[in-house]
Formats: sequence, C-alpha cells, structure tokens
Amino acid sequence: MNNVVELSGVTKRFGRVTALAGLDLMISAGEVHAFLGPNGSGKTTTLRLILGLLRADSGRLSVLDLDPWTDSTELHRRLAYVPGDVALWPNLSGGEAIDLLARLRGGLDNKRRDELITRFELDPTKKGRSYSKGNRQKVALISALASDVELYLLDEPTSGLDPLMEAAFRECVNELRARGRTVLLSSHILSEAEALCDRVSIIRSGVVVESGTMVELRHLTRTTVNARLARTPAELDTLPGIHSLQVTLQGVSAQVDDTAMDAFISKIAEFGVLALESHPPTLEDLFLRHYSTDTA
Amino acid sequence: MTGTFALLRLALRRDRILLPAWILGLAAMVSISVSATKDLYPTEALRIGASSAINATAALVGLYGRIYDPTSIGALSLIKMTAFGAALVAIVFVFVVVRHTRTEEESGRLELLSAGVVGRSAPLAAGLLAGIGGSAALGLLTALGLVGVGLPISGSIAFGLSWMLSGAVFSAIAAVAAQVTTSHRSAVGISVAVIGLSYVLRAVGDLAANGPSFLSWLSPIGWSQQLRPFAGNRWVVVALPLLLTGLLIPLAFALRARRDLGAGLIPDRPGPDRGVLGSTRALAWRVQRSTVIAWLVGCMALGGILGSAAHNVTGLLVSPQMQKYIQLLGGTQGLIKAFLAAEIAIMASVIAAFAISATLRLRSDEVSGYSELLLATSTSRIRLAMNGFAIAVFGSAAVLLGTGIAIGLANGLASGDPIGQIGALLAAAAVQVPAIWVMASITLALFGWVPRATNAAWATLVAFVVVGEFGPLWKLPQWVLDLSPFAHSPRLPGGSVSAVPLIWLTAVAVALAAVGLLGWTRRDLQP
Repeated sequence: MNNVVELSGVTKRFGRVTALAGLDLMISAGEVHAFLGPNGSGKTTTLRLILGLLRADSGRLSVLDLDPWTDSTELHRRLAYVPGDVALWPNLSGGEAIDLLARLRGGLDNKRRDELITRFELDPTKKGRSYSKGNRQKVALISALASDVELYLLDEPTSGLDPLMEAAFRECVNELRARGRTVLLSSHILSEAEALCDRVSIIRSGVVVESGTMVELRHLTRTTVNARLARTPAELDTLPGIHSLQVTLQGVSAQVDDTAMDAFISKIAEFGVLALESHPPTLEDLFLRHYSTDTA
Repeated sequence: MTGTFALLRLALRRDRILLPAWILGLAAMVSISVSATKDLYPTEALRIGASSAINATAALVGLYGRIYDPTSIGALSLIKMTAFGAALVAIVFVFVVVRHTRTEEESGRLELLSAGVVGRSAPLAAGLLAGIGGSAALGLLTALGLVGVGLPISGSIAFGLSWMLSGAVFSAIAAVAAQVTTSHRSAVGISVAVIGLSYVLRAVGDLAANGPSFLSWLSPIGWSQQLRPFAGNRWVVVALPLLLTGLLIPLAFALRARRDLGAGLIPDRPGPDRGVLGSTRALAWRVQRSTVIAWLVGCMALGGILGSAAHNVTGLLVSPQMQKYIQLLGGTQGLIKAFLAAEIAIMASVIAAFAISATLRLRSDEVSGYSELLLATSTSRIRLAMNGFAIAVFGSAAVLLGTGIAIGLANGLASGDPIGQIGALLAAAAVQVPAIWVMASITLALFGWVPRATNAAWATLVAFVVVGEFGPLWKLPQWVLDLSPFAHSPRLPGGSVSAVPLIWLTAVAVALAAVGLLGWTRRDLQP
C-alpha cells in the first residue's frame, strides 16, 4: 500500500452546481499533505467524499485500499476526522464529547488524551454550548489526536486557533509524521502548509491544478530578482522568459523563469551589478498565479 | 427597539409561504365547516336536536366544549373550531414566535444581526409582532370569511377575536418561554405544555355538573369559548386575554433586559471532565431523555386529570336521541367508555407529535453537523438512524402506555376499580400505538428520500387530524378518510378489537421505515 488516498477523475455535482470536475489526488503513506484552495473550491467536498459521507458521481476513489462509500464503517476505524466547523452537543461537556468520539472510533488513549488537554489548554468540564469556535475545534482535534489511527483528515484545523495553539498543533503534526502516520490537512493559510507539509495539492474550481513537493512546485514558477545597477539597462525586454519587468534609472526588478535565469544574469552583468537580491517563489506566488492570473 | 422593522421584514420574508398558508388554511376551514353544517341542519328544530345531543355527550363536551345557544347555526357549526381551533391557532403562533426569537439566538444567526444597528429588544419585538400581527390577520380574515358565508356580523367579529386573542396570548407565553430557556425545543415544549394544560383545564371545567366551572375561566382557551361567539357575544371576556397579554409582554422584555445574548435565566453548570458515553445508542438516549421524560410526565398528568373527570360524565343529561350519537363515537357500552375511548384517541394524535419530533432529530442532527462527526467514526448510517428512531418508536409507546395507565388509575380510583380500569385503558392505549409508529415511519421515509422536506411530516399529521375531525362533516370520500392511520385504530374501551388493522398498520410502519433507511444509506449527507 503506497498510496493512502487515491482519487482519480472524481466528479461531484450538487444539482446544477459542479463541485468537483475530475479531481485527481494521490497521498502516499507517511506524508503530511496540504490541500490548498480558496473558499468554495471543493476542499470540504473532497474530504467528505474521502469519508464516504458523499457519493461521487463518477471517478475512482480508494482510501486505505477501501472504497469509502461501501466500506465506510471499516474505513472509519482507521482514520480520524476533524470537520472545519465543529458542532458539539450543547449539553455534553467537552470531556464527554472527546471520550465519546474517540470510543466510537475504536479506542482512546487516556494518557495521551490528558496530555493533549494540557497542551491545548482546554477546560473539558465546560458544556458544548459555551465553547468558542476555537475551543470546539480543540475538542474535536484532541479527540482525533488521542486516537491512534493511520490517517488523519483535518479540515482547516487551525482556522480558530490562536498562534500559541497553532504552535502546539504543529508540534502534534510533526509527532504524527515521526510516527509514520499520514495527514491530510486542508487550508487556505499558505505559511501553515509551507511550514508543515511534505507535499501540496492546489485545488481550484473542483480540479487539482498543481500537486507535488515544494521543490517540484518551485520548478514551475519564477524567481523574483531585484538588482541595483550602475547604468540604466537596455534591451532586457528582448530576452525570453522574463515577466513583470520594471526598469528604473537605478536598476531592474523582474520575475524570471528558471530556464531563462542564465541569460538574464549574464545580460544584467553588462550594466554593472551593485547589489543583487533574489528569492524563490513562496506559496503566495503559486497561489496568486493560480487564482489571480486567469480569473475566467 | 431600533431595527425592529427590519427584523420583522426578515421574519415575514422567511415565513412568506408558511404563515399565509396557515392563515388561509385555518380561515378556510372555518368557512367550509359553516357551509357544510348549514346544509346538514337547515331548520332550527334540527339544530336544537344536534346541539343538545352534543351538550349531553361528555366526550364531545370534554373535547370541544358546550354549545351555549342551541338555536344558533354559528355556535353549532363552530363547536369544533372554538376550543380545538383556538389551540391549533395557539400552536401555530408559538412556533412562529419561538422560530424568530430563541431559534435565531441559539443558531448564532442573531449574533450576526445583533452586531448591526439592532436594539437588544428588537428581535423579541419583531417576533412578537410577527406572532400577534399574524394572529390579527388570521382573526380578521376568519371574521370576513364568516360574514361571507352569511353569519351575523357581531358573532363573526367575536369569533375572529377569540382566535386572534388565543394567538396573541400564546405568542406572549412563547415570548416569555423563549427568554427562560436556552434551547428552542424547550421553549416550544414549555409553551405547548401550557396549551395542553389550558385545554385540559377547560375540558374539566366544561364537564362540571353545572359547568363551566371556574377551571374554564383559568384557561386562555376557555376564554376563547366564554367569549361565546354567536351565542350572546360576551365582549367583556375580551379583557382577560388582553390583560394577560399586556402583563406577559413587559415580562418578556424585562427578562430579556436582564440576560446576555444566548443565555437563559439559569447559568450553565460545569459538566464531568470525563465521559461514560460509549455508543451512539447511549448518546441518543442522553440527548433525548429529558424530552421523553417531560412528555411522559406531561401526558400522564393530562391523562390523570381527564381520567378523574370521566366519572362526572354520567351526570350529564341523557336522552334516547343521544344514544345514537354516542354509538357513532364507537363506544357502545356506556358513556364513560365512549368518553375514555375519545380521550385515548386524541392523546394518540398528540403523542404522534412526539414521535415525529423525535424522528426529526435525525434531520436536525444532520443539519447542525453532529451526524458528520459521528459518521466519521466507525458508526454506520443504519445504526445512527436506528438509534434515533428507536427513541421515537419506544418513547412514543412508553408515553402512550403511561398515559393509558394514568387515565385508568384516575378513573379507577374514582370508580373503585383501579386494577380493572388500568388494564382496560392500557389495552386501549396499546391498540393506538401502531398508528403512531406509522407517523414516525413517514417522517423517517421523508428523511431518507427528501431530507430538505422532512418537516412535511408535521403537515401530514395536521392533515390526518383535520381530515379525521372534519372529513365526515365536509363529506370527503371514504378513501380520503382512510388515508389517516388513526382512522384504522380500534376504539377502546367499549369497541371491538380486530387484529387485522393492527397488523396492517405495523406492516406499513415497518415498510416505510425500511424505505426510509434505504434512502438514508444511499444519499449524500446534506447539512
């Protein structure tokens, strides 16, 4: 079993709205995978399909070598899920909800549960109705992390957490990685994915438009170069693979394709480089490229 | 109060179909009943005969009240609409008021609105305006309808007022209940319990030997009757509901001013830090147990009151003409039995409401996201649905059997045969259970196949009850009357029992439940 999650050509329509239009997603065992996309791009729908809460209209789905729709009960013993918007029973305490959900999953490690409660600074005696959004999320997160399963599905797990709790969450994910567990977390927070994840899939309008490790994805993108030059440069716009070129009296700034880098550097060297700064693309750049360039 | 008007517009926008449908439906029911009765009793002699027969039949007086002017076509044709109708109106406006106050607050939507330019009391004011305004519209339309079918104007106005004031009083009661509790279910529960108590108080009061006794005057539904539309039109009685509404509305606003958004009057106590719940069955019981117990206690109390009134029944005047009427009711061995059989039958339709609302939990849990959490564990869909449905099935049976025991005990203590009466009434309750199960299964089938329309289960219950009450008067064809599961339940004590309808009803319930479960396992989760 190499791939824990394998979706290929998955489509899902809700009435006339197409939520997923041929989605492919591969997640191999032991990796922390980020599922990135803006609101309404189909992240939660995909997670619900992986859980078998929704039925795909077409396409192949295999999760832990099981069909999530037909074998959902068996599958759910081997995974833990934290929804993006956690609803808790108003008259059950947080502790009761944690224990109930973990038991229904198949078991609860009491020591780990208590340790997580301390780490996330949760008061488990409060009733579900009096928790804030962040605390409701902590309840579901603690219950999930207290279960020892193969796959963790986390839908925007940090959207309600404060920065301290976010740090605690990252620690937990790194521990899961060290123990060889597979984690799929959806997010629209790019720094989180960058800091936490081995691989990234970017979804837009129901299709995965980019998937790979951070290094692989960077090959697809452009490096930003800012240079201060002795003389005003000329003829730079004749070079191929140069984008967003801005020439001033003092220097130049541009986004350069990796294949055009050599030619670009040689050319600007002719004008006397006084200072050079370049940085690799951030996920923000990837994101902006996918979501703002062709908005049609 | 800033923002009240905007919130009222929102409420009316959200209720643009439901509220007009209820108002038109109820107003139409009244006019149709009058037209039908006019054809049935064209002469004054016939009317006097029918009226005195009703006044002498305890089961009818208990359920509907007395006719205070036997010659009046209005009083005779609206006998079923006066107390029964006022209670129906009350239920409608309890739902309207709670829906726009506590439900909104509980869901968090009101938090979003309250951050706008909206006064703290505005949502309550808007809910009350929707309730009382709706009651006024209903009253006006009903009065116009009655004038339209040719009844006297003053009586028509009095009847319209009696409905309007029932709607207004119970809107105010619902507004207070919505301030006291934190959940909309409890707010509706408290208000409906008050409606039930009011109904039973007036039933016992109306049954008193020289009735109506003071008990009828303690009941807002009793006031609607004592206004006596088309039978003297006692306008002074209007003061009572006006006074109570005038007291309750400031009370609701005072309670609102004292509490935080989202809070009730009683603050939350901390719960255990560890849970003992280990299965969805335990969870289903934990979540619904207080509702089941409240229904059991409430229905047993109502049963006790009605049961103890039963021995008064023979005190009412009996003439040979009436015996025919009593036989039509299904009870053949005496007035008490007929009265008890009618009571059990009406309690069965009331408890069907519990069965429906317990089954509807499956849908509300799906919408609010609890089901998503649970179904992501090793809980299967079938098990989740069966555990919730089991509460409806066994809970409704327990509540109905408990009611039968309470009626039997109260009646038995009065008549000196508690054991025999408990046995008789337990059997009478038991044969009503399959019809209730059919209602729960209809709800489950809707949940499985058309989840967004699961609430239509309420409409089927109302339709069955209305058809059962008015179908014969409106001369509906027999097959329409036979659609209702309640039409097939044996009437005990006093009637004969055949196992055939019970087996059929149970089979239909099982089949509908299976169909519902099949749909549920095949469809998407639709929050």
